[in-house]
Amino acid sequence: MELTLEDVRHIATLARIGLTTQEMETMRGQLGDILAHVSQLNELDTEAIPPTAQVLALQDVLAADEPRPSYSVDAMLANAPEREGNYFRTKAVLGYET
Amino acid sequence: MDAQYEPVIGLEVHAQLLTRSKMFCRCGTTYAGAAANTHICSVCAGFPGVLPVINEHAVELAIRVGLALNCDIAETSRFDRKHYPYPDLPKGYQVSQYDLPLASRGYVTVGNGDDCQQIGIVRVHMEEDTGRLLHRTAADGTVYSLVDLNRSGVPLLEIVSEPEIHSAARAREYVMKLRQILRYIGASSGNMEEGALRCDANVSVRPVGEQTLGAKVEIKNLNSFRMIDRAIQHEIGRQSQALANGGRIEQETRGWDEAAGITLAQRTKEYASDYRYFPEPDLPPLTVSEDRRKAVLGRLAELPDARRARFISQYGVTADDASVLTTARETADYFEAVLTHLGERVPARLAASWVTGELFRLLNRDSLPITETRVTPELLAELVGMVHTGEVNRGSGRMVLEEFYETGGSPRAIATERGLMQISDTDTLTPVVRTVLDNHERAVAEFRGGKQQVIGFLLGQVMKQTRGTADSGTVRTLLLRELSEEPTKGPVPH
Repeated sequence: MELTLEDVRHIATLARIGLTTQEMETMRGQLGDILAHVSQLNELDTEAIPPTAQVLALQDVLAADEPRPSYSVDAMLANAPEREGNYFRTKAVLGYET
Repeated sequence: MDAQYEPVIGLEVHAQLLTRSKMFCRCGTTYAGAAANTHICSVCAGFPGVLPVINEHAVELAIRVGLALNCDIAETSRFDRKHYPYPDLPKGYQVSQYDLPLASRGYVTVGNGDDCQQIGIVRVHMEEDTGRLLHRTAADGTVYSLVDLNRSGVPLLEIVSEPEIHSAARAREYVMKLRQILRYIGASSGNMEEGALRCDANVSVRPVGEQTLGAKVEIKNLNSFRMIDRAIQHEIGRQSQALANGGRIEQETRGWDEAAGITLAQRTKEYASDYRYFPEPDLPPLTVSEDRRKAVLGRLAELPDARRARFISQYGVTADDASVLTTARETADYFEAVLTHLGERVPARLAASWVTGELFRLLNRDSLPITETRVTPELLAELVGMVHTGEVNRGSGRMVLEEFYETGGSPRAIATERGLMQISDTDTLTPVVRTVLDNHERAVAEFRGGKQQVIGFLLGQVMKQTRGTADSGTVRTLLLRELSEEPTKGPVPH
């Protein structure tokens, strides 16, 4: 599975990862190898197998609408790279206002 | 606006569902006014390795909405991950529904009579709300963001219309109708100020007669009816003008600047189509059997249009009153409670006019919801019954209502205490009528001289003497009787 440098650059942009030219070349090889590995599945005959997004034979796993206590703010913010008062603090990301 | 261009509008409405806990975890949803990040856990904060579980009641409400919007309910639907990098989305993806939404192919009816239109619903799907960001600038000028995840994971419904709307006014009407239905069936508070209902509009224009759609512009975050109206109107004008000047429309996302009254291009999502949807592996598929569908349908509250039609046919209420009475479910419930207390003997039309007229005047004056007034349906029924039987006239009834609206208490007791019970007894009224005639000789002379309308003045004088409590019909009869007699009473003129 041959990826172009353009593919790698696009994926890096979506993931918001900055890569050097050297890293892009490395990733191009590694990502290609992973895709090649997975694409071995294409050699199987799946004619008789229905498509599924699940490997477990489960459906309709639901919970009752009964609130339970949330975690403490300190516990939730314990691993925050930066904190300001009760908030997580992060670099501004513009252009994705929803 | 240029009349040679036809606007084509489709709307995406997001509504928070009225559940007690979040969509995929059991954190509470009553975070309004709470300190930041006090209603979060490892699931809604997007920690790795956690297992989301679908909220049963959110599904029930979503099915209700689908049915109320005349949609097909999917026997099997599925959740998918929609990826985009933004700090309001702690996981880096939003759990949503992509190719197998819960409900699809429905419609909403807006407008009345000849102006009636069915607006198609493409789909209704479930997803989770995002967190909220506060943008800050540090002392050194660095811009940064603060993240509050209390809202993250609140159940959200996205309702997508067909591009079948052709004016800003109709778009507004459509959203109002959706909101009315959502509130009726208890699916959403529909509160736009609190962000429980939000709207994006896709607007394009094309030359009249053209079949192909023009490039569409998405206007984000229209969070009041006024904004929907103004932003869409402005955008139609902007696009028509651009085309008329030989320009072309860029497909883009714009925001509405309320202060300036214009739409502005936003930094576009560079890869808006690159959401990389794939099935959410942590959530098994969701099925809705025919039995389940029927059961929810059975639990569905009567919808506003049906209730309005029933008020007209069953109670003989005027079309205008029926519209007002069914605008909110609480009002319709109130009205029907009044009727229950009144019984069959009093026409519903009279009760309707007291609710929409006198009671609403007071409620509107004080911006008080009908659920919070001291005027219970039982008390109003008592008053309307008294007006119907003539125990109080309409004017006195209004005074009685104002008093028990302010203080509570029984209408009958207030009317008696204030001397407002209607006097229709001729023995009591005749002396009053005679006194008035004696004191207004000129008016009497004018009447006898053929000036019939003077009767109104004399009637007014009797009402004044009785502080508005006299039965005007009886007074009129007495006046005419007294005036038709020879002028033998009173002092003989010299």
